[in-house]
Amino acid sequence: MSETPAKHFRLGLWLPLALFAAIVALVAWGLLHPPSRDIPSRFVGHPLPAFDLPAGSDDRPGLGTADFAGKPRLLNVFASWCIPCAAEAPQLEQLRAAGADIYGVAVRDQKADLAGFLARNGNPYARIGRDDRSVVQLAIGSSGVPETYVIDAQGVIRYQHIGDIRPEDVSLILGKLQEAAQ
Amino acid sequence: MIAEFGLGALWFAAALALLQLIVGALALKPQGEGFAALVRPAAVVQGALALVSFLALIAVFVETDLSVKLVALNSHSAKPLLYKVAGAWGNHEGSMLLWVTVMGLAGGFVALVERRLPERTMRATLAGQAFVSLGFYAFLLFASNPFTRLSPVPVEGNGLNPLLQDPGLAFHPPTLYLGYVGLSIAFSFAIGALITREVGPAFARAMRPWVLGAWIFLTLGITAGSYWAYYELGWGGWWFWDPVENASLMPWLAATALLHSASVLAARNALRAWTVMLGVIAFSMSMIGTFLVRSGILTSVHAFAVDPKRGTFILALLAIYIGGALVLFGIRAATVTEGERFSVSSRESSLVFNNVMLTGTLAIVLLGTLYPLLTEAFGEKVSVGPPYFNPMTALFVMPMLVVLAIGPLLRWRRDRVGRVSRLLLVPAALAAVGLAAGVALAPGRVLPILGLGLAPALAVASLLPLRGRNLRRTRLPVWGMVVAHFGIAVSLFGMASDSAFTVEKLVAVPVGEATEVGPWQVRLAAIEPVAGPNWTALEADLQVAYKGGEPTSLHPQARTFWAPVQNTAESALLTRWNGQLYAVLGEEAQDGRWQLRLWWKPFVPMIWFGGALIALGGLLALLGRVASDLRRYFARGKIADRRERQGR
Repeated sequence: MSETPAKHFRLGLWLPLALFAAIVALVAWGLLHPPSRDIPSRFVGHPLPAFDLPAGSDDRPGLGTADFAGKPRLLNVFASWCIPCAAEAPQLEQLRAAGADIYGVAVRDQKADLAGFLARNGNPYARIGRDDRSVVQLAIGSSGVPETYVIDAQGVIRYQHIGDIRPEDVSLILGKLQEAAQ
Repeated sequence: MIAEFGLGALWFAAALALLQLIVGALALKPQGEGFAALVRPAAVVQGALALVSFLALIAVFVETDLSVKLVALNSHSAKPLLYKVAGAWGNHEGSMLLWVTVMGLAGGFVALVERRLPERTMRATLAGQAFVSLGFYAFLLFASNPFTRLSPVPVEGNGLNPLLQDPGLAFHPPTLYLGYVGLSIAFSFAIGALITREVGPAFARAMRPWVLGAWIFLTLGITAGSYWAYYELGWGGWWFWDPVENASLMPWLAATALLHSASVLAARNALRAWTVMLGVIAFSMSMIGTFLVRSGILTSVHAFAVDPKRGTFILALLAIYIGGALVLFGIRAATVTEGERFSVSSRESSLVFNNVMLTGTLAIVLLGTLYPLLTEAFGEKVSVGPPYFNPMTALFVMPMLVVLAIGPLLRWRRDRVGRVSRLLLVPAALAAVGLAAGVALAPGRVLPILGLGLAPALAVASLLPLRGRNLRRTRLPVWGMVVAHFGIAVSLFGMASDSAFTVEKLVAVPVGEATEVGPWQVRLAAIEPVAGPNWTALEADLQVAYKGGEPTSLHPQARTFWAPVQNTAESALLTRWNGQLYAVLGEEAQDGRWQLRLWWKPFVPMIWFGGALIALGGLLALLGRVASDLRRYFARGKIADRRERQGR
């Protein structure tokens, strides 16, 4: 073996250490900033950012900021590839039956997958917007799917529920929706 | 008393680890030769004491001694015996004790039986093993004492998380830990070899059975864990790319790469530095994964034992051990001389390709697992899920599977792909047919199509190395390779079939009415209350019939545990040769209907069946290696005897 490649090789030998040091630094940072299990959106109390999403299904219109005017509504961030989203479907249906207007934002999804998901789990949504690059999801401070927001008649984010809606959460969310109406 | 006894044994074990480290290090110098005789016995006694301590913990759990804090927090007198025993490791302190116990036992076992390596390398290895153990002993004794007493003694314990009360899960953590911690042996071997610069075929042969053993347990643990998540969480999914799952997948990927590179080193004396590095990486991944999960830095649906306060302690340990090993690697690997060369088309090259792809997959999984933390550090909170992991890992795994079909047919050192191309015509034709069928059956879905196309071709190709051999005289490790590779094809088929053909249905049906899912007719015959030792449940009686055939009963439950209070959905499964029917009972709706979640999942059991085959392949290879080592050992003994006799 000639001299030069041997030297390159030596530098490579320290690469694992450099990568490991980066991981340690990252994890140490994580330790100093312990996450709480619920990360409230910084956007609660702020108006929705302006967006206009194309329709995610053939029988429901798309979703834009203007559609929230008039009365308080629920904004559900979901995806067909997200398993807890299927688990919360009955609760969304219950909320819809109780009179809530639910708008959906489908994150990083395909139209065909979405159609299958809605056929399997039911479609409680009045409108579904397709957020292919998570732009809206990130803009409203959602850190994962599923999440559900209460948006008041002025388009202001009033409440955020993180994770799937369990049966015991339904009344709480309905309460927040009524609160937002006052 | 038992608790104090266990704690005492733990202290003594830690002291012996310290002794083992000191005498092992001293014996590396010529003037310390006198200490050499102590190294192996110290390792054996240390392992035995750790085991005693662990058995003491099981004993306090079995008698439900509520004056021990750990028992009060995690057990309950009304729990079935199996879960009392399993409760010992179903929590942070107990699982850490299990960790050091397995480490101690593995070290003791190596000290007892491993005689092939140069004695100096063995001392360095055992000193390294003791050094790593010491950190975990310190962690247990100073930050996670499992034997702490509680005053006043509570009347009743808190109970064990109901999700964990499952016979399969009772043995899941020990299986995985045998795998994780078994890799510590590879880590210590790598350190020992780096210290003494003895990296060669003998090192690879000595390390290989240990890696194989650990890898078998990891494979079984991951397979069983996936099946557990599948039927216990009631979501019908079998892999969620959850941090806990990734934590077990990463060491497996590294260990798989290590197994393959060790066979190149053993057979051809090539890939020396690379193999040593994988030895370090594999156990490092075990530690990093466990740490990420335990520290609570990453949130997970599986987070059953989380405590951020302890994170700092483990992080310091990781920095010392992994950082130290990598520094040693950086200094010493350059002085490890280059191994044998080989041509581009050769068995070695295909194994190098396998290693690069496995390492690439590992990097993808590690990046995806850490990504939420990384973006959070820059002020954004994001989560990554299957849309990232599936295509990115497939990018590395799919080409690897193609090479997997070819590589085992190639000769060592130099070969022509042209020589084996005729053999590969059958798998290639199968792949073409499979891909076409995939396109027809699951149009537009790239990964399932690739999976359905590759799996049958891979299954046939994996059997090709047996062609032209006398099957009775074929060595066990070759059988092992064939079975494991065949298992990968089986598992791949199950995964592709599950994602391409699963039929899912969520319905609300009144008692007495029927619904359909795929080829099944499902009738809700009755809902009845049932009770177990520490739970009550509503149980559905489902009469299910496949394509109008004889109906069979299925009994999914909605269970309520009362210590601690928690509701779980107990799914019911019906397995046929061509798939599984999966039923979950949900809530009662207002109008007397019951929610049922039903899935028909064609060929899904093949995922876990394939996993079991992969482990079986490992077992065959291990048996073959151990048998030939034993033969060599006895043969050497006979030669030595004869020499002795002739000498007299």
